[in-house]
Amino acid sequence: MKLTKEQEAILNGEKGETLAKVMKTLVMYGEAFGADKMVEVTSKYNHLVTSFGLGVMDPIYELMDTLLKEGAVSGQKFTVDPRPLDKNVPSSLLQNLVFKVFMYNKQEFYEKQLKELGLLEEDAFTCTCYMSEVGNTPEKGDVLSWSESSAVVYANSVLGARCNRNSGIIDLMGSIVGYVPYFGLLTDEGRKADWIVRVKTTKKPEAQLLGSAIGMKVMEDVPYVYGLNEWLGEELNDEACTYLKDFGAATASNGAVGLYHIDKLTPEAREAGEKLIRKGAKEYIIDDAELQRVYDSYPVVWKDKNAKPKLCFMGCPHMSLQQLKDWTERIEENLKKYGNSQVQIPTVFTAAPAVIRQFKETEYYPRLEKTGIILSYICPLMYMNNPLCGKMPVITSSNKLRTYTTSRYYTDDEITMQLCKGGL
Amino acid sequence: MKQFKGRVVTPGTCEARAVVSHGGFNTLASLQKALQFGDKTAKVSDQNNPDLFGKPIAGKALCLPKTIGSTTGGMVLYCACEMNRNPKCMLFSERIDSLACAGSVLASVWSKNPMVVIDELGDEFLDYVRDDMLIRISEDGTVSVE
Repeated sequence: MKLTKEQEAILNGEKGETLAKVMKTLVMYGEAFGADKMVEVTSKYNHLVTSFGLGVMDPIYELMDTLLKEGAVSGQKFTVDPRPLDKNVPSSLLQNLVFKVFMYNKQEFYEKQLKELGLLEEDAFTCTCYMSEVGNTPEKGDVLSWSESSAVVYANSVLGARCNRNSGIIDLMGSIVGYVPYFGLLTDEGRKADWIVRVKTTKKPEAQLLGSAIGMKVMEDVPYVYGLNEWLGEELNDEACTYLKDFGAATASNGAVGLYHIDKLTPEAREAGEKLIRKGAKEYIIDDAELQRVYDSYPVVWKDKNAKPKLCFMGCPHMSLQQLKDWTERIEENLKKYGNSQVQIPTVFTAAPAVIRQFKETEYYPRLEKTGIILSYICPLMYMNNPLCGKMPVITSSNKLRTYTTSRYYTDDEITMQLCKGGL
Repeated sequence: MKQFKGRVVTPGTCEARAVVSHGGFNTLASLQKALQFGDKTAKVSDQNNPDLFGKPIAGKALCLPKTIGSTTGGMVLYCACEMNRNPKCMLFSERIDSLACAGSVLASVWSKNPMVVIDELGDEFLDYVRDDMLIRISEDGTVSVE
Protein backbone atom coordinates (compact mmCIF):
# COMPACT_ATOMS: atom_id res chain seq x y z
CA MET A 1 0.00 0.00 0.00
CA LYS A 2 1.31 3.44 -0.90
CA LEU A 3 1.02 5.78 2.07
CA THR A 4 1.36 9.55 2.23
CA LYS A 5 4.24 11.00 4.25
CA GLU A 6 1.86 11.77 7.11
CA GLN A 7 0.43 8.23 7.13
CA GLU A 8 3.93 6.75 6.88
CA ALA A 9 5.06 8.84 9.86
CA ILE A 10 2.18 7.57 11.98
CA LEU A 11 2.95 3.98 10.97
CA ASN A 12 6.61 4.47 11.88
CA GLY A 13 5.70 5.56 15.38
CA GLU A 14 6.43 9.28 15.11
CA LYS A 15 3.13 9.97 16.88
CA GLY A 16 3.54 7.22 19.46
CA GLU A 17 3.39 3.46 19.63
CA THR A 18 -0.39 3.23 20.05
CA LEU A 19 -1.19 5.33 16.97
CA ALA A 20 1.39 3.27 15.05
CA LYS A 21 -0.52 0.12 16.01
CA VAL A 22 -3.80 1.73 14.98
CA MET A 23 -2.32 2.56 11.56
CA LYS A 24 -0.78 -0.92 11.27
CA THR A 25 -4.21 -2.46 11.94
CA LEU A 26 -5.80 -0.38 9.17
CA VAL A 27 -2.97 -1.07 6.72
CA MET A 28 -3.09 -4.85 7.32
CA TYR A 29 -6.89 -4.75 7.05
CA GLY A 30 -6.70 -2.90 3.72
CA GLU A 31 -3.88 -4.98 2.28
CA ALA A 32 -5.91 -8.15 2.74
CA PHE A 33 -8.32 -6.67 0.18
CA GLY A 34 -5.71 -5.27 -2.18
CA ALA A 35 -6.15 -1.64 -1.09
CA ASP A 36 -3.37 0.45 -2.64
CA LYS A 37 -3.99 3.62 -0.61
CA MET A 38 -5.79 5.15 2.34
CA VAL A 39 -8.48 7.79 1.73
CA GLU A 40 -9.74 10.55 3.97
CA VAL A 41 -12.89 10.02 6.03
CA THR A 42 -15.18 12.86 4.88
CA SER A 43 -18.42 12.40 6.82
CA LYS A 44 -19.21 14.87 9.61
CA TYR A 45 -19.88 12.14 12.19
CA ASN A 46 -18.99 8.51 12.75
CA HIS A 47 -21.20 5.64 13.95
CA LEU A 48 -19.87 2.84 16.13
CA VAL A 49 -20.92 -0.53 17.39
CA THR A 50 -19.05 -1.49 20.46
CA SER A 51 -19.82 -3.73 23.35
CA PHE A 52 -23.18 -2.74 24.88
CA GLY A 53 -21.60 -2.61 28.35
CA LEU A 54 -21.24 -6.38 28.44
CA GLY A 55 -19.05 -7.39 31.37
CA VAL A 56 -17.37 -10.17 29.40
CA MET A 57 -16.12 -7.81 26.69
CA ASP A 58 -13.25 -6.70 28.93
CA PRO A 59 -10.70 -7.00 26.11
CA ILE A 60 -12.57 -4.23 24.27
CA TYR A 61 -12.66 -1.89 27.29
CA GLU A 62 -8.96 -2.51 27.83
CA LEU A 63 -8.22 -1.69 24.21
CA MET A 64 -10.34 1.48 24.44
CA ASP A 65 -8.51 2.43 27.64
CA THR A 66 -5.18 2.00 25.88
CA LEU A 67 -6.37 4.33 23.12
CA LEU A 68 -7.62 6.92 25.63
CA LYS A 69 -4.41 6.88 27.68
CA GLU A 70 -2.40 7.66 24.56
CA GLY A 71 -4.80 10.42 23.54
CA ALA A 72 -5.89 8.40 20.51
CA VAL A 73 -9.46 9.70 20.55
CA SER A 74 -11.89 9.90 17.67
CA GLY A 75 -11.35 12.71 15.19
CA GLN A 76 -15.13 12.88 14.76
CA LYS A 77 -18.00 12.95 17.19
CA PHE A 78 -20.02 9.75 16.86
CA THR A 79 -23.32 8.06 17.50
CA VAL A 80 -23.34 4.52 18.84
CA ASP A 81 -25.62 1.48 18.90
CA PRO A 82 -28.53 1.40 21.39
CA ARG A 83 -28.39 0.99 25.14
CA PRO A 84 -29.33 -2.50 26.32
CA LEU A 85 -31.63 -1.76 29.26
CA ASP A 86 -34.74 0.25 30.07
CA LYS A 87 -36.80 -0.18 33.24
CA ASN A 88 -40.00 0.31 31.20
CA VAL A 89 -39.45 -2.94 29.28
CA PRO A 90 -41.06 -5.87 31.11
CA SER A 91 -38.62 -8.15 32.93
CA SER A 92 -38.76 -10.34 36.02
CA LEU A 93 -36.64 -9.96 39.17
CA LEU A 94 -34.44 -12.85 38.09
CA GLN A 95 -34.04 -11.50 34.56
CA ASN A 96 -33.06 -8.13 36.03
CA LEU A 97 -30.49 -9.81 38.24
CA VAL A 98 -28.91 -11.48 35.20
CA PHE A 99 -29.02 -8.20 33.24
CA LYS A 100 -27.40 -6.09 35.90
CA VAL A 101 -25.04 -8.48 37.69
CA PHE A 102 -23.90 -10.86 34.93
CA MET A 103 -24.47 -9.08 31.63
CA TYR A 104 -24.41 -5.31 31.36
CA ASN A 105 -22.45 -4.56 34.52
CA LYS A 106 -19.99 -2.39 32.59
CA GLN A 107 -22.58 -0.10 30.99
CA GLU A 108 -21.78 2.94 33.15
CA PHE A 109 -18.01 2.49 32.71
CA TYR A 110 -18.44 1.97 28.99
CA GLU A 111 -20.57 5.11 28.54
CA LYS A 112 -17.90 7.11 30.37
CA GLN A 113 -15.32 5.79 27.90
CA LEU A 114 -17.57 6.70 24.96
CA LYS A 115 -17.95 10.28 26.23
CA GLU A 116 -14.18 10.62 26.51
CA LEU A 117 -13.73 9.18 23.03
CA GLY A 118 -16.23 11.63 21.42
CA LEU A 119 -19.89 10.60 21.86
CA LEU A 120 -22.08 13.11 19.95
CA GLU A 121 -24.75 13.58 22.63
CA GLU A 122 -25.72 12.15 26.00
CA ASP A 123 -28.34 9.88 24.39
CA ALA A 124 -26.86 9.35 20.91
CA PHE A 125 -27.59 5.61 21.22
CA THR A 126 -29.44 4.10 18.25
CA CYS A 127 -28.85 1.81 15.28
CA THR A 128 -30.74 4.27 13.02
CA CYS A 129 -28.35 7.20 13.44
CA TYR A 130 -29.07 8.32 9.85
CA MET A 131 -32.61 9.47 10.65
CA SER A 132 -33.10 13.23 10.42
CA GLU A 133 -34.24 13.43 14.07
CA VAL A 134 -30.89 11.96 15.17
CA GLY A 135 -28.83 14.08 12.80
CA ASN A 136 -26.04 11.74 11.71
CA THR A 137 -27.01 11.69 8.02
CA PRO A 138 -24.06 11.51 5.64
CA GLU A 139 -24.08 13.19 2.23
CA LYS A 140 -23.97 11.28 -1.05
CA GLY A 141 -20.36 10.37 -1.83
CA ASP A 142 -19.13 10.84 1.75
CA VAL A 143 -16.48 8.34 2.84
CA LEU A 144 -17.41 6.77 6.18
CA SER A 145 -15.68 4.68 8.82
CA TRP A 146 -18.99 3.34 10.18
CA SER A 147 -19.99 -0.05 11.43
CA GLU A 148 -23.45 -1.48 12.37
CA SER A 149 -24.53 -3.63 9.48
CA SER A 150 -28.03 -2.13 9.13
CA ALA A 151 -26.68 1.45 9.18
CA VAL A 152 -23.86 0.71 6.73
CA VAL A 153 -26.19 -0.89 4.18
CA TYR A 154 -28.62 2.05 4.51
CA ALA A 155 -25.89 4.68 4.18
CA ASN A 156 -24.46 2.98 1.08
CA SER A 157 -27.72 2.13 -0.64
CA VAL A 158 -30.25 4.82 0.26
CA LEU A 159 -27.92 7.77 0.93
CA GLY A 160 -25.21 6.94 -1.62
CA ALA A 161 -22.40 7.31 0.93
CA ARG A 162 -19.37 5.02 0.72
CA CYS A 163 -18.53 2.65 3.53
CA ASN A 164 -17.26 -0.89 3.90
CA ARG A 165 -18.86 -3.32 6.32
CA ASN A 166 -16.36 -2.40 9.00
CA SER A 167 -16.23 -4.21 12.26
CA GLY A 168 -16.50 -2.59 15.67
CA ILE A 169 -13.16 -1.04 16.77
CA ILE A 170 -12.00 -0.81 13.13
CA ASP A 171 -14.72 1.87 12.81
CA LEU A 172 -13.17 3.82 15.69
CA MET A 173 -9.63 3.38 14.40
CA GLY A 174 -10.52 4.88 11.00
CA SER A 175 -11.88 7.91 12.80
CA ILE A 176 -8.82 8.21 15.05
CA VAL A 177 -6.33 8.51 12.18
CA GLY A 178 -8.86 10.09 9.79
CA TYR A 179 -8.23 7.60 6.97
CA VAL A 180 -9.67 4.28 5.81
CA PRO A 181 -8.20 1.79 3.33
CA TYR A 182 -9.56 2.20 -0.18
CA PHE A 183 -11.22 -1.04 -1.27
CA GLY A 184 -14.57 -2.77 -1.75
CA LEU A 185 -17.61 -0.56 -1.40
CA LEU A 186 -15.50 2.61 -1.45
CA THR A 187 -14.58 1.99 -5.09
CA ASP A 188 -16.76 2.36 -8.20
CA GLU A 189 -15.94 -1.21 -9.23
CA GLY A 190 -16.87 -2.59 -5.81
CA ARG A 191 -20.30 -0.97 -6.05
CA LYS A 192 -21.29 -2.88 -9.17
CA ALA A 193 -23.97 -5.54 -8.90
CA ASP A 194 -23.15 -9.26 -9.01
CA TRP A 195 -26.81 -10.28 -8.92
CA ILE A 196 -29.96 -9.29 -10.76
CA VAL A 197 -32.98 -9.83 -8.52
CA ARG A 198 -36.41 -9.74 -10.12
CA VAL A 199 -39.34 -9.23 -7.73
CA LYS A 200 -42.45 -10.78 -9.28
CA THR A 201 -44.83 -11.00 -6.34
CA THR A 202 -48.57 -10.42 -6.58
CA LYS A 203 -48.57 -8.03 -3.60
CA LYS A 204 -46.08 -5.74 -1.91
CA PRO A 205 -43.54 -8.10 -0.35
CA GLU A 206 -42.79 -7.86 3.37
CA ALA A 207 -39.59 -5.81 3.63
CA GLN A 208 -38.03 -8.09 6.23
CA LEU A 209 -38.92 -11.27 4.34
CA LEU A 210 -37.72 -10.02 0.96
CA GLY A 211 -34.48 -8.76 2.51
CA SER A 212 -33.94 -12.11 4.20
CA ALA A 213 -34.47 -14.03 0.94
CA ILE A 214 -32.02 -11.81 -0.93
CA GLY A 215 -29.44 -11.83 1.89
CA MET A 216 -29.45 -15.61 2.11
CA LYS A 217 -29.06 -15.92 -1.66
CA VAL A 218 -26.43 -13.28 -2.50
CA MET A 219 -24.55 -13.31 0.84
CA GLU A 220 -22.02 -10.42 0.63
CA ASP A 221 -22.57 -9.61 -3.05
CA VAL A 222 -24.29 -6.50 -4.39
CA PRO A 223 -27.81 -7.11 -5.77
CA TYR A 224 -29.58 -4.92 -8.34
CA VAL A 225 -33.30 -5.28 -7.68
CA TYR A 226 -35.95 -4.91 -10.39
CA GLY A 227 -39.66 -4.71 -9.76
CA LEU A 228 -39.63 -3.22 -6.28
CA ASN A 229 -40.25 0.28 -7.62
CA GLU A 230 -43.72 -0.94 -8.63
CA TRP A 231 -44.53 -1.26 -4.94
CA LEU A 232 -42.41 1.55 -3.50
CA GLY A 233 -42.69 4.15 -6.26
CA GLU A 234 -39.79 6.11 -7.63
CA GLU A 235 -39.28 8.66 -4.86
CA LEU A 236 -37.31 8.18 -1.66
CA ASN A 237 -40.10 9.41 0.61
CA ASP A 238 -40.63 8.43 4.27
CA GLU A 239 -42.52 5.27 3.35
CA ALA A 240 -39.88 4.06 0.89
CA CYS A 241 -36.99 4.89 3.25
CA THR A 242 -38.65 3.05 6.13
CA TYR A 243 -39.22 0.03 3.91
CA LEU A 244 -35.61 0.08 2.73
CA LYS A 245 -34.35 0.42 6.34
CA ASP A 246 -36.06 -2.85 7.29
CA PHE A 247 -35.31 -4.55 3.97
CA GLY A 248 -31.62 -3.64 4.19
CA ALA A 249 -31.24 -4.78 7.79
CA ALA A 250 -32.56 -8.20 6.78
CA THR A 251 -30.19 -8.45 3.78
CA ALA A 252 -27.26 -7.55 6.06
CA SER A 253 -28.09 -9.89 8.94
CA ASN A 254 -29.46 -12.89 7.03
CA GLY A 255 -26.58 -12.54 4.59
CA ALA A 256 -23.79 -9.96 4.57
CA VAL A 257 -25.05 -7.37 2.09
CA GLY A 258 -23.40 -3.95 2.39
CA LEU A 259 -25.01 -2.30 -0.64
CA TYR A 260 -28.06 -2.88 -2.83
CA HIS A 261 -29.44 -0.96 -5.77
CA ILE A 262 -33.19 -0.64 -6.33
CA ASP A 263 -34.02 0.08 -9.97
CA LYS A 264 -35.41 3.60 -10.51
CA LEU A 265 -35.30 4.38 -6.78
CA THR A 266 -31.94 4.39 -4.98
CA PRO A 267 -29.55 7.21 -5.98
CA GLU A 268 -26.92 5.28 -7.91
CA ALA A 269 -29.53 3.15 -9.71
CA ARG A 270 -31.34 6.32 -10.74
CA GLU A 271 -28.10 7.78 -12.10
CA ALA A 272 -26.46 4.81 -13.77
CA GLY A 273 -29.21 2.15 -14.08
CA GLU A 274 -28.10 -1.06 -15.76
CA LYS A 275 -24.53 0.18 -16.12
CA LEU A 276 -24.16 -0.82 -12.47
CA ILE A 277 -24.68 -4.49 -13.32
CA ARG A 278 -21.56 -6.57 -13.83
CA LYS A 279 -21.25 -8.70 -16.96
CA GLY A 280 -22.31 -12.28 -16.18
CA ALA A 281 -24.36 -11.29 -13.10
CA LYS A 282 -26.40 -14.16 -11.70
CA GLU A 283 -30.19 -13.97 -11.57
CA TYR A 284 -32.61 -14.62 -8.70
CA ILE A 285 -36.36 -14.50 -9.26
CA ILE A 286 -38.57 -13.90 -6.25
CA ASP A 287 -42.26 -14.71 -6.50
CA ASP A 288 -44.91 -15.52 -3.87
CA ALA A 289 -43.83 -19.17 -3.73
CA GLU A 290 -40.19 -18.27 -3.14
CA LEU A 291 -41.08 -15.93 -0.29
CA GLN A 292 -43.25 -18.66 1.25
CA ARG A 293 -40.37 -21.15 0.90
CA VAL A 294 -38.04 -18.77 2.73
CA TYR A 295 -40.62 -18.09 5.45
CA ASP A 296 -41.19 -21.82 5.94
CA SER A 297 -37.45 -22.46 6.22
CA TYR A 298 -37.08 -20.47 9.45
CA PRO A 299 -36.50 -22.83 12.35
CA VAL A 300 -38.76 -22.37 15.40
CA VAL A 301 -36.58 -23.01 18.42
CA TRP A 302 -39.16 -22.52 21.14
CA LYS A 303 -39.42 -25.51 23.48
CA ASP A 304 -43.21 -25.50 23.02
CA LYS A 305 -43.82 -24.50 19.42
CA ASN A 306 -47.48 -23.76 20.22
CA ALA A 307 -46.78 -21.59 23.27
CA LYS A 308 -48.71 -18.36 23.65
CA PRO A 309 -46.26 -15.48 23.05
CA LYS A 310 -45.23 -13.64 26.21
CA LEU A 311 -43.68 -10.62 24.55
CA CYS A 312 -43.52 -8.92 21.18
CA PHE A 313 -40.69 -6.68 19.94
CA MET A 314 -41.06 -4.30 17.00
CA GLY A 315 -38.24 -2.02 15.93
CA CYS A 316 -35.06 -3.86 15.05
CA PRO A 317 -33.70 -1.71 13.49
CA HIS A 318 -35.29 1.16 15.45
CA MET A 319 -38.63 2.40 14.09
CA SER A 320 -38.97 5.68 12.21
CA LEU A 321 -41.33 8.47 13.31
CA GLN A 322 -43.69 7.68 10.45
CA GLN A 323 -43.59 3.98 11.32
CA LEU A 324 -44.61 4.75 14.90
CA LYS A 325 -47.54 6.83 13.66
CA ASP A 326 -48.62 4.22 11.09
CA TRP A 327 -48.45 1.38 13.62
CA THR A 328 -50.45 3.41 16.16
CA GLU A 329 -53.26 3.72 13.62
CA ARG A 330 -52.96 0.10 12.55
CA ILE A 331 -53.18 -1.18 16.12
CA GLU A 332 -56.11 1.09 16.97
CA GLU A 333 -58.07 -0.04 13.91
CA ASN A 334 -57.46 -3.71 14.56
CA LEU A 335 -58.18 -3.55 18.29
CA LYS A 336 -61.53 -2.05 17.37
CA LYS A 337 -62.10 -4.74 14.74
CA TYR A 338 -61.47 -7.56 17.23
CA GLY A 339 -63.33 -5.89 20.10
CA ASN A 340 -60.33 -5.34 22.37
CA SER A 341 -59.14 -2.14 24.03
CA GLN A 342 -55.50 -3.09 24.59
CA VAL A 343 -52.95 -5.37 22.94
CA GLN A 344 -53.27 -9.01 23.99
CA ILE A 345 -49.52 -9.62 24.28
CA PRO A 346 -47.09 -7.32 26.14
CA THR A 347 -45.49 -5.35 23.32
CA VAL A 348 -42.47 -3.06 23.02
CA PHE A 349 -41.84 -0.67 20.14
CA THR A 350 -38.23 0.51 19.97
CA ALA A 351 -36.93 3.72 18.41
CA ALA A 352 -34.06 6.19 18.72
CA PRO A 353 -34.24 8.50 21.76
CA ALA A 354 -34.46 11.52 19.44
CA VAL A 355 -37.33 9.93 17.49
CA ILE A 356 -39.13 9.07 20.75
CA ARG A 357 -38.79 12.70 21.88
CA GLN A 358 -40.45 13.92 18.69
CA PHE A 359 -43.12 11.21 18.76
CA LYS A 360 -44.07 12.23 22.30
CA GLU A 361 -44.90 15.70 20.99
CA THR A 362 -47.45 14.32 18.52
CA GLU A 363 -51.08 13.41 19.14
CA TYR A 364 -50.16 9.77 18.41
CA TYR A 365 -48.20 9.20 21.63
CA PRO A 366 -51.17 9.15 24.07
CA ARG A 367 -53.05 7.02 21.54
CA LEU A 368 -50.22 4.48 21.44
CA GLU A 369 -50.01 4.49 25.24
CA LYS A 370 -53.74 3.76 25.40
CA THR A 371 -53.24 0.55 23.41
CA GLY A 372 -50.88 -0.71 26.13
CA ILE A 373 -47.80 -0.69 23.90
CA ILE A 374 -44.53 0.31 25.58
CA LEU A 375 -42.13 2.66 23.82
CA SER A 376 -38.43 2.16 24.49
CA TYR A 377 -34.95 3.02 23.18
CA ILE A 378 -33.29 -0.34 23.88
CA CYS A 379 -31.71 -2.86 21.54
CA PRO A 380 -34.14 -5.83 21.60
CA LEU A 381 -31.25 -8.10 20.66
CA MET A 382 -29.46 -7.23 23.89
CA TYR A 383 -32.64 -8.00 25.85
CA MET A 384 -33.05 -11.38 24.16
CA ASN A 385 -29.42 -12.30 24.83
CA ASN A 386 -30.33 -12.80 28.48
CA PRO A 387 -30.75 -16.61 28.61
CA LEU A 388 -33.83 -16.25 30.83
CA CYS A 389 -35.43 -13.98 28.22
CA GLY A 390 -34.26 -16.32 25.44
CA LYS A 391 -36.35 -19.10 26.97
CA MET A 392 -39.51 -17.00 26.66
CA PRO A 393 -41.71 -17.29 23.57
CA VAL A 394 -41.07 -13.88 22.02
CA ILE A 395 -42.42 -12.80 18.64
CA THR A 396 -41.12 -10.14 16.29
CA SER A 397 -41.44 -8.78 12.77
CA SER A 398 -37.65 -8.34 12.64
CA ASN A 399 -35.66 -10.83 10.65
CA LYS A 400 -32.48 -9.52 12.27
CA LEU A 401 -33.82 -10.28 15.74
CA ARG A 402 -34.96 -13.71 14.55
CA THR A 403 -31.51 -14.48 13.17
CA TYR A 404 -29.61 -13.64 16.35
CA THR A 405 -32.05 -14.85 19.01
CA THR A 406 -34.75 -17.41 19.82
CA SER A 407 -37.52 -15.00 18.83
CA ARG A 408 -40.03 -16.10 16.21
CA TYR A 409 -40.66 -14.11 13.05
CA TYR A 410 -44.16 -13.20 11.89
CA THR A 411 -45.24 -10.94 9.06
CA ASP A 412 -46.73 -7.54 9.86
CA ASP A 413 -50.27 -8.88 9.26
CA GLU A 414 -49.65 -11.85 11.54
CA ILE A 415 -48.13 -9.65 14.24
CA THR A 416 -51.18 -7.37 14.04
CA MET A 417 -53.50 -10.37 14.51
CA GLN A 418 -51.44 -11.70 17.41
CA LEU A 419 -51.48 -8.35 19.17
CA CYS A 420 -55.05 -7.29 18.51
CA LYS A 421 -56.96 -10.57 18.32
CA GLY A 422 -54.78 -12.58 20.69
CA GLY A 423 -53.79 -15.30 18.20
CA LEU A 424 -53.74 -16.21 14.52
CA MET B 1 -3.94 -36.85 2.83
CA LYS B 2 -4.50 -33.87 0.58
CA GLN B 3 -2.82 -30.47 0.43
CA PHE B 4 -4.35 -27.12 -0.41
CA LYS B 5 -2.53 -23.84 -0.97
CA GLY B 6 -4.13 -20.65 0.29
CA ARG B 7 -3.24 -17.03 0.96
CA VAL B 8 -1.86 -16.08 4.36
CA VAL B 9 -3.99 -13.40 6.06
CA THR B 10 -2.37 -13.70 9.50
CA PRO B 11 0.69 -15.94 9.60
CA GLY B 12 1.73 -18.89 11.75
CA THR B 13 1.81 -22.68 11.94
CA CYS B 14 -0.86 -24.76 13.59
CA GLU B 15 -2.28 -28.27 14.06
CA ALA B 16 -5.93 -28.86 15.00
CA ARG B 17 -9.02 -30.97 14.31
CA ALA B 18 -11.45 -29.59 11.75
CA VAL B 19 -14.98 -28.31 12.28
CA VAL B 20 -16.71 -27.47 9.03
CA SER B 21 -19.40 -24.95 8.11
CA HIS B 22 -20.59 -25.14 4.52
CA GLY B 23 -22.68 -21.99 4.90
CA GLY B 24 -21.60 -18.55 6.09
CA PHE B 25 -20.43 -18.47 9.71
CA ASN B 26 -22.44 -15.85 11.60
CA THR B 27 -19.86 -14.72 14.16
CA LEU B 28 -22.10 -12.86 16.60
CA ALA B 29 -24.90 -15.43 16.47
CA SER B 30 -22.38 -18.26 16.84
CA LEU B 31 -20.19 -16.96 19.66
CA GLN B 32 -22.26 -14.55 21.72
CA LYS B 33 -23.47 -17.14 24.23
CA ALA B 34 -20.02 -18.67 24.66
CA LEU B 35 -18.54 -15.26 25.39
CA GLN B 36 -21.32 -14.13 27.68
CA PHE B 37 -21.79 -17.22 29.77
CA GLY B 38 -18.37 -18.69 30.30
CA ASP B 39 -18.48 -21.60 27.84
CA LYS B 40 -14.75 -22.23 27.35
CA THR B 41 -15.42 -24.78 24.58
CA ALA B 42 -17.33 -22.11 22.58
CA LYS B 43 -20.32 -24.17 21.47
CA VAL B 44 -21.92 -22.55 18.44
CA SER B 45 -25.26 -20.89 19.30
CA ASP B 46 -26.39 -20.00 15.77
CA GLN B 47 -29.67 -21.84 15.18
CA ASN B 48 -29.41 -21.13 11.44
CA ASN B 49 -26.17 -23.06 11.01
CA PRO B 50 -27.08 -26.77 10.89
CA ASP B 51 -23.42 -27.79 10.38
CA LEU B 52 -22.17 -26.18 13.57
CA PHE B 53 -25.11 -25.56 15.93
CA GLY B 54 -24.16 -26.93 19.37
CA LYS B 55 -20.63 -27.96 18.36
CA PRO B 56 -17.58 -26.61 20.26
CA ILE B 57 -15.12 -24.65 18.12
CA ALA B 58 -12.53 -23.38 20.64
CA GLY B 59 -9.10 -24.78 19.73
CA LYS B 60 -10.41 -26.26 16.46
CA ALA B 61 -9.58 -25.57 12.83
CA LEU B 62 -12.70 -23.74 11.67
CA CYS B 63 -13.23 -24.41 7.95
CA LEU B 64 -15.73 -22.11 6.27
CA PRO B 65 -16.56 -20.16 3.13
CA LYS B 66 -16.79 -16.77 4.92
CA THR B 67 -18.38 -15.06 7.90
CA ILE B 68 -21.69 -13.22 7.75
CA GLY B 69 -23.96 -11.10 9.95
CA SER B 70 -23.50 -8.22 12.37
CA THR B 71 -20.58 -5.81 12.14
CA THR B 72 -19.72 -6.64 15.74
CA GLY B 73 -18.21 -9.77 14.15
CA GLY B 74 -14.56 -8.71 14.14
CA MET B 75 -14.73 -7.42 17.68
CA VAL B 76 -16.33 -10.67 18.81
CA LEU B 77 -13.50 -12.67 17.20
CA TYR B 78 -10.91 -10.42 18.88
CA CYS B 79 -12.59 -10.95 22.27
CA ALA B 80 -12.73 -14.71 21.67
CA CYS B 81 -8.94 -14.65 21.09
CA GLU B 82 -8.27 -12.58 24.22
CA MET B 83 -10.46 -14.98 26.22
CA ASN B 84 -8.93 -18.14 24.70
CA ARG B 85 -12.26 -19.24 23.24
CA ASN B 86 -11.26 -18.80 19.62
CA PRO B 87 -10.77 -21.40 16.91
CA LYS B 88 -7.05 -22.22 16.69
CA CYS B 89 -7.16 -21.24 13.05
CA MET B 90 -9.70 -20.14 10.47
CA LEU B 91 -9.54 -21.58 6.97
CA PHE B 92 -11.61 -19.83 4.33
CA SER B 93 -12.43 -21.45 1.01
CA GLU B 94 -13.23 -17.99 -0.42
CA ARG B 95 -11.53 -14.62 -0.01
CA ILE B 96 -11.91 -13.50 3.59
CA ASP B 97 -14.75 -11.04 4.33
CA SER B 98 -14.15 -7.64 5.95
CA LEU B 99 -15.50 -8.60 9.39
CA ALA B 100 -13.44 -11.76 9.82
CA CYS B 101 -10.44 -9.92 8.46
CA ALA B 102 -10.91 -7.15 11.03
CA GLY B 103 -11.07 -9.71 13.84
CA SER B 104 -7.98 -11.56 12.58
CA VAL B 105 -5.98 -8.35 12.19
CA LEU B 106 -7.08 -6.96 15.57
CA ALA B 107 -5.97 -10.22 17.20
CA SER B 108 -2.70 -10.19 15.25
CA VAL B 109 -1.78 -6.60 16.20
CA TRP B 110 -3.34 -6.22 19.67
CA SER B 111 -3.81 -9.69 21.22
CA LYS B 112 -1.39 -12.02 22.96
CA ASN B 113 -3.28 -14.92 21.39
CA PRO B 114 -3.47 -14.34 17.62
CA MET B 115 -5.11 -16.81 15.23
CA VAL B 116 -3.63 -18.30 12.09
CA VAL B 117 -5.89 -17.33 9.20
CA ILE B 118 -5.66 -18.59 5.62
CA ASP B 119 -8.12 -17.74 2.84
CA GLU B 120 -8.73 -18.57 -0.85
CA LEU B 121 -8.35 -22.32 -0.31
CA GLY B 122 -10.98 -23.01 -2.97
CA ASP B 123 -14.30 -24.86 -3.13
CA GLU B 124 -12.47 -28.19 -3.40
CA PHE B 125 -11.05 -27.68 0.10
CA LEU B 126 -14.51 -27.26 1.62
CA ASP B 127 -15.85 -30.23 -0.37
CA TYR B 128 -13.01 -32.44 0.89
CA VAL B 129 -12.62 -31.52 4.56
CA ARG B 130 -14.83 -33.23 7.18
CA ASP B 131 -15.30 -32.73 10.92
CA ASP B 132 -12.45 -34.21 13.03
CA MET B 133 -9.97 -34.49 10.15
CA LEU B 134 -6.47 -33.43 11.21
CA ILE B 135 -5.38 -30.07 9.81
CA ARG B 136 -1.75 -28.92 9.62
CA ILE B 137 -0.83 -25.42 8.44
CA SER B 138 2.60 -24.34 7.21
CA GLU B 139 3.99 -20.77 7.28
CA ASP B 140 3.48 -20.39 3.52
CA GLY B 141 -0.27 -21.06 3.72
CA THR B 142 -0.16 -24.73 2.72
CA VAL B 143 -2.93 -26.65 4.48
CA SER B 144 -2.63 -30.46 4.86
CA VAL B 145 -5.83 -32.38 5.57
CA GLU B 146 -5.91 -36.02 6.67
